[in-house]
Amino acid sequence: MSPETLYQRITDYANRANPYPLYAELRENGVTRQADGSYLVGTYHEIAALLHDPRISSDSRNRADPSTVPMFRRNSQQAFIGLDDPEHDRLRRIAMRPFGPPHSPGRIDALRADITRISDGLIDEFRDKDRIDVVEDFAYPLPVTVICRLLGVPHEDMPQLRAWTNAVIAGVDVTPGKDEESRQRAGQDARAAMGEYMGDLSDKRRENPSDDMLSALVHDSGPDGRLTRAELMATGTLLLIAGHETTVNLITNGALTFLRFPDAYRLLRDKPELMPRAVEELLRYEPPVHLLPQRTPLADVEISDVTVPKGAPLILVLAAGNRDPLRFDDPDHFDPTREDNQHFGFGSGVHNCFGAPLARVEAQIALNALVPRLEDFQLSEDPPPYRRSPILRGPRHLPIERVG
Amino acid sequence: MTGKPWKGRIVIVGASLAGLRAAETLRDEGFTGPLTLVGEEPHLPYDRPPLSKQVLLGRTRATEIGLPRRRDVDARWKLGVRAGAIDPIEKKVILADGELLPFDRLLIATGTRARPWPDPVEARLDGVLTLRTSDDAAQLAERLDAGPRRVLVIGAGFTGSEIASACRERGLEVTVAERGPSPLVGALGGALGAFAAKLQRAHGVDLRCGVTVTSLKGRDGRLTGAEFSDGSRIEADVAVVALGAVRNTEWLAGSGLAAGPRGVACDAGCRAFNMYGIVTDDVFVAGDVARFPHPLFEYQMLALEHWGNAVAQAEVAAHNMVSTGPHRRPHLAVPAFWSSQFGLNIKSIGVPTFSDHVVIAQGSLRERRLVAVYGYRGRITAAVTVNRAKWLEHYQYLIETAAPFPPESGAADRPDSAASVPSDVPDPQLLSHGPTVALTGHLPDRRLTLVRHEPTPTAAHRR
Amino acid sequence: MQIVVDLNRCQAYAQCAFLAPQVFELHGEEALMFTPTVPDDQHEHVRRAAAACPVQAILVGERAGP
Repeated sequence: MSPETLYQRITDYANRANPYPLYAELRENGVTRQADGSYLVGTYHEIAALLHDPRISSDSRNRADPSTVPMFRRNSQQAFIGLDDPEHDRLRRIAMRPFGPPHSPGRIDALRADITRISDGLIDEFRDKDRIDVVEDFAYPLPVTVICRLLGVPHEDMPQLRAWTNAVIAGVDVTPGKDEESRQRAGQDARAAMGEYMGDLSDKRRENPSDDMLSALVHDSGPDGRLTRAELMATGTLLLIAGHETTVNLITNGALTFLRFPDAYRLLRDKPELMPRAVEELLRYEPPVHLLPQRTPLADVEISDVTVPKGAPLILVLAAGNRDPLRFDDPDHFDPTREDNQHFGFGSGVHNCFGAPLARVEAQIALNALVPRLEDFQLSEDPPPYRRSPILRGPRHLPIERVG
Repeated sequence: MTGKPWKGRIVIVGASLAGLRAAETLRDEGFTGPLTLVGEEPHLPYDRPPLSKQVLLGRTRATEIGLPRRRDVDARWKLGVRAGAIDPIEKKVILADGELLPFDRLLIATGTRARPWPDPVEARLDGVLTLRTSDDAAQLAERLDAGPRRVLVIGAGFTGSEIASACRERGLEVTVAERGPSPLVGALGGALGAFAAKLQRAHGVDLRCGVTVTSLKGRDGRLTGAEFSDGSRIEADVAVVALGAVRNTEWLAGSGLAAGPRGVACDAGCRAFNMYGIVTDDVFVAGDVARFPHPLFEYQMLALEHWGNAVAQAEVAAHNMVSTGPHRRPHLAVPAFWSSQFGLNIKSIGVPTFSDHVVIAQGSLRERRLVAVYGYRGRITAAVTVNRAKWLEHYQYLIETAAPFPPESGAADRPDSAASVPSDVPDPQLLSHGPTVALTGHLPDRRLTLVRHEPTPTAAHRR
Repeated sequence: MQIVVDLNRCQAYAQCAFLAPQVFELHGEEALMFTPTVPDDQHEHVRRAAAACPVQAILVGERAGP
């Protein structure tokens, strides 16, 4: 056993490109206490049980050791991702009203034409290029454009919002490093600034409504009432960040995986109607979110013969569960036609990904547009350079070049 | 399947959900012999739950609720013909049209029919309906389309309550008459029964509990209204008799099988018992018509009128029909059902009526979002969610592992006063509506260990 | 094309109601209603919805029968 704990090795940047052998080790070890007092779970059935267990809190303020509560969670208004029912449910329900069923059932489906147009436009731009960065040229601009339009965020503000987003993500990063304190502080500042930005933007929408979600959130009043300004700031920030960051990873991971397995993209090129299943397999095989670091038991909870004490940090490694051979046949094989595929790509239970349907539509359309072009390209480097975060894991850049 | 595939002739009597899924499973298991499906209704297999929901709301036509196939079954279909009897010695099914169907293995999946209004003259009044088949639903939907001034629903079980819900959603006046103390009490007990009563009244249902309909009134052969046991009367153009179900077992009277009003008794492997309590080896039972022992409920014989049980039990029965001794499987699925009414999603796991206490473990009745957990002698036996479906699988695990009742504290969203109260499950005899789960007797047997099934690749409908 | 949803499995993730809103509909916050006989112009939507169902509760097939 190495002197580093498994969690330290999983979060170590050196293992970012291929954490899967460590996940196998994690599944092998079962639920184990790490040196820092946290507990790591990486087996499918145990993760599934915990995601449906009402004693497992998503609010890390329930931790016994206050130093394990991230700085930004200590005082400001929380978004629903970090709250428990009934508060989580109330905020999520209000946010859902302008986004999906039952109140706005057709909203996401109606975006398909728009998303196709944006996607085709981006592909046209690199038609004649010999070298492309899939992230910068395609996977990033597509979801950003979509979420800006959907929420009602002016596209020209995106460079500033991108800087804030990067700082927020760095702030919740759990990669070991000396600069943790300053990263957390910078992240908190960026979050505050982004919240103010969202608050100001909502004020403008209150005056001049448009057909976007922010306008709906400030005007529409359902049975649960409206969000307060503080709730709106936290919710808007969450929707904007989560509304594109993870989709960038999903699309980029798709391009990377297809280029690694040319048979897969040729199959999809010939049968684009198989893409919905292929996207589900991507969500299993290379999910955009690898672990949930913020769970906390509200009571002593027994998981496969290990008692996780009340208040202990509980880390669910979704990406390890997705490769559990006790659940999936041949789990390390990428099979775009896989049928039995109840993956954790969007989590499960009450905190399942709010934006999952949008991410699905974006990834299906984007990858269907990209797949016919891939025959002419190869990866410039494999593995590509990865982003720092072990939570939101994906390539920072994905350079590809024309063959021959 | 291991070993040589079983050869022989198989007849399935009943061509609805259980019969269809059994036929598909037989072919999945490698059975290649002659297979005949007999159905009394002239229709291809269809899905019944929409009958009291989408169809009555006018969103789906009663003719457009056909079930999708999982695979081709390569069977002979005899639809629109009743099975009249079994010749147990010659091993033949005798059809009402006189045809004899010889079998080596038989599956009985004849289900139930709506319990009719007890007075045959009143039952024949124009406007008096039941709801069980797609033809029933088509007729009722047509009546509702015509805009009756008032609909009377007799019996406030799930079917009656869903009919009342559809009527209110369509803006129709509706009176619900229930002999018991509240709607749904026969399936969910007193606490949720009281909740259902409030819910109905909040949606404008004229709910009358503790009364019976003493007579249906008519003029010129048409329904005009009803009289209640408390002396009151109403006028109504339509009356829906929702008094529960009758098991289709009369045709088995001379079969020598343990068949009666409570169903056809079978073992955990779906093999029918004969009248002496000896298990047969060639006659199997599945779906609403079956009563079978369940180890989680002290081996009491359960009869479940549940969609999920029809599927799960049909699969086990079919597997066992073509398997030999040690390869046979028990039917151990935890009972589950759902209902949607008055805009709420009600889901149940376990057997709520097999309980002495109940506790609201999450949420609240006031919010109309909750998890109610049922216990019997200190262990958890059931859970019911109202608009809280995502938590249910946690409680399924607690039921399967006989976890202590009340559930351990620590759940988020646990109400302040989470005290358990008596579950107040009434004697079914005192209700208008039949319970959809009937505890029909006790069959002691040695204890078995419940093994949770892993999902299989095509497991979409197997749990 | 016919569909049936195993509503015992369904946990109201509502992915189908997002992806094929003409065929799947939430009735209230959680109760799912669907159109068993799928109109021809909705087949692709329904296949997407079935692939996306997080609990794999949607069965798509031809109508059962001879």
